[in-house]
Amino acid sequence: MGDGALITTKNLVKQYPIGGRKFTALKNINLTFETGEFTGLVGPSGSGKTTLLNIIGALDNPTEGHVIVMGQDTRELKHRQAARLRTEHLGFVFQTFNLLPVYTVFENVEFPLLLLEMSGADRKKAVLKALEWVDLSDKIKSRPAQLSGGECQRVAVARAMVKRPKIVLADEPTANLDAANSHNILETMFRLNKELNTTYIFATHDEKVIGYLRRKVTLTDGQVIEDVSTTPRYPTANEEMS
Amino acid sequence: MTWFLLKGLLRDRHRSILPVIVIAAGVAVTILMYCYLLGFVDDTARTSAKLDTGHVKMMTQAYAEISDQIPNDLALSGVNKLLSDLKAKYPNLDWAARIKFGGLLDFPDEEGETRAQGPVFGLALDLLTQDSKENERLNLEGALVQGRLPESPGEILVSEKFAQNLGVKIGEMATLISSTTTGSMAVQNFILVGTLNFGIGPMDRNAMVADMSDIQYALDMEDGAGEILGYFPNLVFNKEAAEEIANEYNSVNKKTDDDFSPVMITLRDQNGLGELMDMIEIEAFIIVAGFIFVMSIVLWNTGLMSGLRRYGEVGVRLAFGEAKSHVYRSMIHEAILIGLFGSVIGTVIGLAGAFYLQEHGLDFSGMTKGSTMLMSNIMRAKITPASYFIGFIPGLLATVIGTLISGIGIFRRQTSQLFKELET
Ligand SMILES: Nc1ncnc2c1ncn2[C@@H]1O[C@H](COP(=O)(O)OP(=O)(O)O)[C@@H](O)[C@H]1O
Ligand SMILES: [Mg+2]
Repeated sequence: MGDGALITTKNLVKQYPIGGRKFTALKNINLTFETGEFTGLVGPSGSGKTTLLNIIGALDNPTEGHVIVMGQDTRELKHRQAARLRTEHLGFVFQTFNLLPVYTVFENVEFPLLLLEMSGADRKKAVLKALEWVDLSDKIKSRPAQLSGGECQRVAVARAMVKRPKIVLADEPTANLDAANSHNILETMFRLNKELNTTYIFATHDEKVIGYLRRKVTLTDGQVIEDVSTTPRYPTANEEMS
Repeated sequence: MTWFLLKGLLRDRHRSILPVIVIAAGVAVTILMYCYLLGFVDDTARTSAKLDTGHVKMMTQAYAEISDQIPNDLALSGVNKLLSDLKAKYPNLDWAARIKFGGLLDFPDEEGETRAQGPVFGLALDLLTQDSKENERLNLEGALVQGRLPESPGEILVSEKFAQNLGVKIGEMATLISSTTTGSMAVQNFILVGTLNFGIGPMDRNAMVADMSDIQYALDMEDGAGEILGYFPNLVFNKEAAEEIANEYNSVNKKTDDDFSPVMITLRDQNGLGELMDMIEIEAFIIVAGFIFVMSIVLWNTGLMSGLRRYGEVGVRLAFGEAKSHVYRSMIHEAILIGLFGSVIGTVIGLAGAFYLQEHGLDFSGMTKGSTMLMSNIMRAKITPASYFIGFIPGLLATVIGTLISGIGIFRRQTSQLFKELET
């Protein structure tokens, strides 16, 4: 594949109808993402980070332009095919965790695997492994309401990672967490990025998150104003400590 | 996956127990109302049929025209022949001739002077013939308060209340003062042998029950009768059969140029019973439809699929790759499951209530006191085969409609939008 990039956006435009007018949330975005990246879409609130992330995740359609994820143009995918793409290759982490409250930690993490029609034994193995990654092996029977915010987000990370997707999209994953929990979750993702070569794309304006990034794409008013490689600060320091 | 979703459903009270309670309550009320309405119509029709209208009724055309004035001068004659013809042609039905009459009942003292008197509404029935079913049909035995039923000619019964008001006792002599079919005064002595309480407002005020042949004699109506009533077996009215019999009979015997030729009408043609029956049918439909509407809204709000509460769940499921159609289908399955469950429970409760009302009834004697309609004081529900499934219509429809409404809300939104609405 000539443009064998994992994700490519081409002249991406997103407009929202507001009243009778149109509000342009994304203006002509051209970006590529490669396998194994640890990248942040950075910018002030309202700059279009979430919108861009949702379009990449095929949760939303662009008004103009294209997103090509693993060789598939998301605009040409039918509902079912987009669902398939997400099942197989995409994991999501949300600002508000979005765990399913009536299910246990184990069941929440198990859910994405049910869509893959895995055997029960394989599912169990994968779930236990994922919970090991986030250090929650002792909480498998708990319900989300019994967990702290940090623990909830770790469950969410385990849920996003359990099927070992190519890509994890995380929208403000630390916005509802204190500093210690933010670092914990970021270190976990940073480690998994290295171990499993999973591509991470964040939408964030949190300096702590930015400190872990290897690439920083800055958005302002729906436009990319900067796209640079950065050297991650935090995990190096923490790795030396431990 | 199915098991996974079922687990979630069972654990989420807002989606399982609460809606099941709401549906069960709605279904139970629907069934109760339905059975009660049926019981009301049935009771009213049955009471009317027994006392007044029969399932079919034969009169002269002239009598039929002003039957509420009890014009006995226009009554049928040659009744024995008419009866035996009817019995031969329609052996399935039970036929009975009756005379309704008005008059004054006078109780004299030892000197023969009036001690007490009052107007009566009279009903002459075949009480003394061996195979007459009138006694049983009107449950005179059960209605008897004092004394006994007439066993020989010249014996009569009156309403218990009438007897009390006049201060008369059984065993006393009573004189009926009325008019004959030819317009002259009719005076006839009887012996009061018993008092009755029918549990039917107007009948209990001032009824007098006498044997047919006594009244024929008193009113100078030899072999005559105001009306001949026909009854289906077990007193169950059959609209189609009644109409067929009436039409067939009229096509042969009714002569447009002879006012005294007989005409046959059905229960539905009398006392507005046909309209009442049709109205109740419509009302039952309105009740069921109303409950579907109200319950759909209630369920939509209580949270079987309540919009916002489930946006997060639906959003997550879609984000992790469940197809929209699959989510939608699973929600509908869930609704059907909950609807069925609630309907079953509600049907059991509703039928239990209806059964109680069928056996014991509710006493409305306070409300029917002044009424002139022949309505029983005790209203009973009636359970029919339809009672067993009528509740499933609102129970299932309401849940499925509720799901469709909220489902539309979810599916018109972009998946990304589901999360945004959660966050704000
Ligand atoms: N559904 C929508 N309808 C209208 N405007 C929207 C919608 N979603 C986002 N926007 C607008 O688009 C802009 C970008 O939003 P968003 O991508 O959420 O920004 P960020 O995540 O960077 O804070 C904002 O100005 C926001 O108000
Ligand atoms: Mg955002």
